[in-house]
Amino acid sequence: MSHVWRPLFVALALVAGILIFRSFYVPKDFGIGEAGYMYGWHNPNNEKFWKDIKVKYKGSTYCKDCHGKNFTSIRNTPHAIIPCENCHGPGTDHPEKIAKLTIDINRLLCLRCHAVLKYPNSDRGKIRGIDPATHQDPNVECVTCHDPHNPNLGALKKSQQRFPVYEREPMGAQGKGSGR
Amino acid sequence: MDRRDFLKQTITIVAGAAIPATALEFVNPRTLFAAHGSDVKWVFLADTQKCVGCGFCVKACKLENEVPYDANVSRTWVERYVICKDGKMRVEGNMANPGFGINADSPKGGRDGFTTPKIDIGEGKLVEIKEEDISKAFFVPKLCNQCDNPPCVQVCPVGATYKTGDGVVLVDRSWCIGCGYCVMGCPYGVRFFHPIYKVAEKCNFCYHRITKGLKTACVQSCPFGARQIGNLKDPNDPVTRTVMTGRVGILKSEYGTKPQVYYLALDREVR
Repeated sequence: MSHVWRPLFVALALVAGILIFRSFYVPKDFGIGEAGYMYGWHNPNNEKFWKDIKVKYKGSTYCKDCHGKNFTSIRNTPHAIIPCENCHGPGTDHPEKIAKLTIDINRLLCLRCHAVLKYPNSDRGKIRGIDPATHQDPNVECVTCHDPHNPNLGALKKSQQRFPVYEREPMGAQGKGSGR
Repeated sequence: MDRRDFLKQTITIVAGAAIPATALEFVNPRTLFAAHGSDVKWVFLADTQKCVGCGFCVKACKLENEVPYDANVSRTWVERYVICKDGKMRVEGNMANPGFGINADSPKGGRDGFTTPKIDIGEGKLVEIKEEDISKAFFVPKLCNQCDNPPCVQVCPVGATYKTGDGVVLVDRSWCIGCGYCVMGCPYGVRFFHPIYKVAEKCNFCYHRITKGLKTACVQSCPFGARQIGNLKDPNDPVTRTVMTGRVGILKSEYGTKPQVYYLALDREVR
């Protein structure tokens, strides 16, 4: 046989080697998914990986059974639309592993909506807001005067209170006091 | 006409005639609605009028999907557009804000909301726009469009990113080689490298939540209903009804990617 054919055998051996390696390396179920050949080529086990990610934001109804008092009291206020976890943090592992959630009482949290921006094409322009630089003492948290669960400005002005009107639901009252 | 011109024009005409009419159609949700196969097809609806730029969606997304909170990457973000009456830009184009002739910003992806009327032009600089100069101003939530023709999937050399039967584009972290083609290929810039896993990362409509019957984290945390997710295959789904019968827009329709995130009150300035 002529030496001219040798490079061909080398090339064939390489192709065979790659095909053998591929048959071991690529998972058996790797293939065309529901979305067709062009966009659906994948390992189906990976779909399970994404489905099994832990859910962290449980939704306000998750809070209802233990914190019924706060859950119902906020319903009749403009803040009813805000899910509990937006301010109280995600309810992951609460109460089993994490006994207390960290409540975000930072002034910046309230300013997300209530820093006044008079934008004509956004509902932001309709929200009652303040200028963060001039409204009261910028170093004091909003919850010092305002109750986030009952943001009633009329009551606040009448009482002229400068102490926390925002009271936490006492832990002992849970269940009994919730009015379930 | 000489022979050269004749051949040139013939080739042009034949090539033009060879383009199927479907290639020129941008997107039609009805074809997807009627398509066979899976009985679930996820579709997203964002309302730029209702969005107030509070950024709770970005915060929830980062925590829900374990995207490092302080890293400057996010699966979803909120953009602010401020268009002036004189049509002039107050923001010079720079690296952080390429400047499309509009004043737009998204500080930290809108994670902490928009608390000042000043536009963030990057490097800690802010530009003030007077209230009386504003002609239009609004917020636009952005996320993966889960395109029906996903360019990010097409460019993947190893088959690490793919489309599921219910229309969500996922990334196989164990299979991604980190070449970054998809990051470059996405016209909407929704892909990035995950700072911990060092592979391509993107919004997947909270696949772990929607497959359990929950809403995505951003939809659930939006107090204003500016973000909604629905099943395009369910004719009674409110999102489907809006997409089918309402005045909805999509982003960058000229790319032919057929995005599945629809926008209400979309402005032509939004890219």
